[in-house]
Amino acid sequence: MGAHVNTTINGDAVEFVCAPDESLLDVLRNRIGLTGAKEGCGTGDCGACSVILDGRLVCSCLVLGAEMNGKKLETIEGMADGAKLHPLQQHFIDGAALQCGICTPGFLMAAQALLRKNPDPTEEEIRYGLAGNLCRCTGYDKIVRAVQAAAKEMRG
Amino acid sequence: MRYETPSTAKEAVSLMAKEKGIAYILAGGTDLLVKMKAGMIEPDLVVDIKRVKGMNEIKKGVGGYSIGAAVPCVAILENAAFVKAWPGVADAANLIGSRQVQGRSTMTGNMCNASPAADSVPALVAAGAKVSIAGPKGNRKLAVEDVAAGVGRNNLKKGEIITSIDLPKKAAKSGDAYLRFTPRTEMDIAVVSVGVNLTIDGKGVITKARVALGAVSTTVLLVKEAANAIIGTKLDDAAKANLAAICSAACKPIDDKRGTIEFRTDVAGVLARRAAETAYARAGGK
Ligand code: FES
Ligand code: FES
Repeated sequence: MGAHVNTTINGDAVEFVCAPDESLLDVLRNRIGLTGAKEGCGTGDCGACSVILDGRLVCSCLVLGAEMNGKKLETIEGMADGAKLHPLQQHFIDGAALQCGICTPGFLMAAQALLRKNPDPTEEEIRYGLAGNLCRCTGYDKIVRAVQAAAKEMRG
Repeated sequence: MRYETPSTAKEAVSLMAKEKGIAYILAGGTDLLVKMKAGMIEPDLVVDIKRVKGMNEIKKGVGGYSIGAAVPCVAILENAAFVKAWPGVADAANLIGSRQVQGRSTMTGNMCNASPAADSVPALVAAGAKVSIAGPKGNRKLAVEDVAAGVGRNNLKKGEIITSIDLPKKAAKSGDAYLRFTPRTEMDIAVVSVGVNLTIDGKGVITKARVALGAVSTTVLLVKEAANAIIGTKLDDAAKANLAAICSAACKPIDDKRGTIEFRTDVAGVLARRAAETAYARAGGK
């Protein structure tokens, strides 16, 4: 028996049917074609699947697709304004805060959630705020610096 | 597997009570979905309680705070008045997993999952919290220390669900604290943890206390003798030494990759002393 779901993703109404035990991550990637969120672990440990659900940062691998009725979801695909990249995205590129890029969408969503709550975080707050995101390439330093640079630009 | 979203606790109870197969409650899902994915459990029914009226709310009544069973940890942290009243309980919520996990995980789920190392449990036990349970035979209350039956097992009967965690009214001149030891500062599981809640009088003498130890036995321990060791004192060095010795003696830990028996036993005393100092300062003692 499938679950029939009506939800909002990046401001657009979306309708889908999924298996009751299917994760939101699988729904996004395999049914809706939004492949920005990545599966690193599938168990809530790596943050590569991070999305913002009703204003809260969550791992989409730990949400059921069936739970999404009437919810508001933000994914990495909604971050840029058309062709104009979000300051976080631009500073990740400018600061070489990515190598293979698998972790990047998750880091960007987590950084976005962090800066909404705390527009002027300390380095320590950034590191704690992003502790749920793992990166095996960069060593994290460039990521932290890109978030600091974006935060500065966004504060104006 | 069927997925249900009842809108009342009564409906949730009847779904759970009637199910012949394997039924689980879904609150935050940060344990449940991981176990499903790993194939450790294959539920026939999952009852999502996040749409049950009231279960998403933190209420402040005359008695004290009541945290709905589906309230995610992050909502506890966003409630400034709650964090001010119960900083130890809030510290525990802040230590459960990452920001992502806190966006979903609930203290009730943490308790029902019944890991001896569950971060929210020692803090809630120290606070003297109870849970409200709805069931096919009516409602009941249970002290938080009595929810876990053993590692991974709880004392809820078929069809019973926890609807809220109820904290007592915060006493004047009282303070609570939760500390844990982990090899890493974030994203780790407690090797030893301690919750302390105490009340002092006008002269700084401790009149009431509760001390709870986590990760050193099959369930979280409420150590009454440890509380007695500091009641009637101003938390002087002798009282702290007593507290530490009693906490260490109360440990029945295991040896595992996270810590040896000797280490856990020793650190339990150290953390108890530090948590008591923090709780004492938060109560306004000097
Ligand atoms: S894929 Fe979701 S946290 Fe790793
Ligand atoms: S850039 Fe490769 S994992 Fe982060």
